Amino acid sequence: MTDAPVRRAAPSDSPAAPSSGAAGRGTPSLSEVAAAYPDPPARRRPAGPRLRRLGKHVALVVFGFVMLYPLLWMLASSFKPTALIFREPGLIPTEWDFSNYTEGWNALLDPFGHYLLNSAIVVLGSVLGNLVSCSMAAYAFARLKFRGRNLWFAVMLMSIMLPIHVIIVPQYILFSSLSWINTFLPLIVPKLLATDAFFIFLMVQFFRGIPKELDEAARLDGCGHGRIFLRIMLPLSLPALATTAIFTFIWTWNDFFSQLIFLTKPDMYTVPIALRTFVDATSNSSWGPLFAMSIVSLIPVFLVFLFGQKYLVKGIATTGIK
Amino acid sequence: MAVIHEVARTRRAATEHRKGDGRAAALFLAPWFVGLVLITAFPLLASLYLSFTDYSLLRAPGWVGIENYTAMFSDPRFFQALKVTFTYVIVSVPLQLVAALGLALVLDKGLKGLAFYRSIYYLPSLLGASVAIAILWRQVFGADGLINQVLAFFGIEGQGWVSHPDYALGTLIVLNVWTFGAPMVIFLAGLRQVPTMYYEAAAIDGAGRLRQFRNITVPLLTPIIFFNLVLQLIGAFQTFTQAYIVSGGTGGPVDSTLFYTLYLYEKGFGSFEMGYASAMAWFLLLIIAGMTAVNFVASKYWVFYDD
Repeated sequence: MTDAPVRRAAPSDSPAAPSSGAAGRGTPSLSEVAAAYPDPPARRRPAGPRLRRLGKHVALVVFGFVMLYPLLWMLASSFKPTALIFREPGLIPTEWDFSNYTEGWNALLDPFGHYLLNSAIVVLGSVLGNLVSCSMAAYAFARLKFRGRNLWFAVMLMSIMLPIHVIIVPQYILFSSLSWINTFLPLIVPKLLATDAFFIFLMVQFFRGIPKELDEAARLDGCGHGRIFLRIMLPLSLPALATTAIFTFIWTWNDFFSQLIFLTKPDMYTVPIALRTFVDATSNSSWGPLFAMSIVSLIPVFLVFLFGQKYLVKGIATTGIK
Repeated sequence: MAVIHEVARTRRAATEHRKGDGRAAALFLAPWFVGLVLITAFPLLASLYLSFTDYSLLRAPGWVGIENYTAMFSDPRFFQALKVTFTYVIVSVPLQLVAALGLALVLDKGLKGLAFYRSIYYLPSLLGASVAIAILWRQVFGADGLINQVLAFFGIEGQGWVSHPDYALGTLIVLNVWTFGAPMVIFLAGLRQVPTMYYEAAAIDGAGRLRQFRNITVPLLTPIIFFNLVLQLIGAFQTFTQAYIVSGGTGGPVDSTLFYTLYLYEKGFGSFEMGYASAMAWFLLLIIAGMTAVNFVASKYWVFYDD
């Protein structure tokens, strides 16, 4: 089922074209070679005459602005009195109101910080879980020879495409029989068991790009697989680990479906569920506070985007093609 | 004699090697395997079993044969859910991919500031699945929302887009198209892999830009288009959050945004008809698997593999 893109994806060839930057600085270091994601090669063709190029930039900027406008407007509106939100399409508040944030913070049963903390716990557990369990599984698929490897690899790939909705009912029954409902365990334990197989695939791709000679040399020196994995593969795979951590962070932070199902006690609510309760209880009068808390909920993702962009962009690009 | 000894030694070494790997593999794969069995495979089979039972968490499941499936196929809301979901998938995925490819092509032409534009266009993909953005959408397309304020500026009187059964689904389609950044990044990376020499050779042979695009770019990009298509189709079928938040959990107005997953959730966790929900879940699996299979078969006719 998943055959074609995967075969395409498997990098039987070298890890990646060495980046032009590394080449310029002389011999690239080992980690640079192993970590090298393809950097854009030199520009393909000169882009038309100057005026046309300028026009293009203007169009791209305008289009980007239009795309981001709703976001910017929400940010601006979070500083407006609620009545203005329904009247003022502009970005600069004619009247500033900072009380949205204090009001929104205290609008629900617990202060909003409580939900942020709950989300942070779930996210942290998920990130750690995925990093450990997926990298272990990926090492086995990328480097170890064992019977049925191709079969299990195919099973793993198919599990990536399995919709959560298909298995959520029995999962709920299972977790409720363990009395795990309204704890964070149903959200974290599966990650410790590498159920986010997408990241196994991502790391297998990356591990395959690390020269085999390295672990063979280590093996001759008497290293076992545990040490090869910890001392060679993981340190060389920091970019892949970063990509995994960042994506897990964002997906878990945004995740609504499973948190909605497993967390029903207000005390245990995470940010998305708290926001849902907020919006359900909101009449037209409290959109300001609602917007304020929505902005608060987006800040962590935005920060990750800001500082982890490189890994995000390269992460989706490599899984797509390499 | 020495040869036999050597053969025996290497064979022993080989088996030792294999055994060693097998044991290490078992250790490295243990967490994944436990997860695969307990969290994935067992629930998958359990939901197949449950789909033939009447189960509400309170009593033990009672076997009802194919009753859930027959009930499903005579349930108008089930068909409504299918219609909504298919409409959404068929309209929003192509639009999203066209936007992604179009922008990628524009950005790929050696334009300065590529990284900047890429970030701007990519940001909505990261935020799009969040509850906060769904809340924003509910306001933007509401009766007094941003869209209508802008329309009013031009003297046009809008309406409550999210509260009108003819337009509510459209607002969600717009939301999905808005997140074209992720496939765009994949397209951009794909365009980079097209060897420059192909274009150079074509230019020497006198091929114009359009022909270069049709005969070089498109064929070499078909695997990426295919990859994006499969990925986005599977994702779009599972849309839940935005529909839930924008419609206040109801799939309304008048079921116009009753997504398949929303109805499944309502059945399984609203009214605790878990047998029915399981039947729906397996039907969803069949749809997605069938669609993906068709995609792969069809890909033989249009996807071009270089190697």
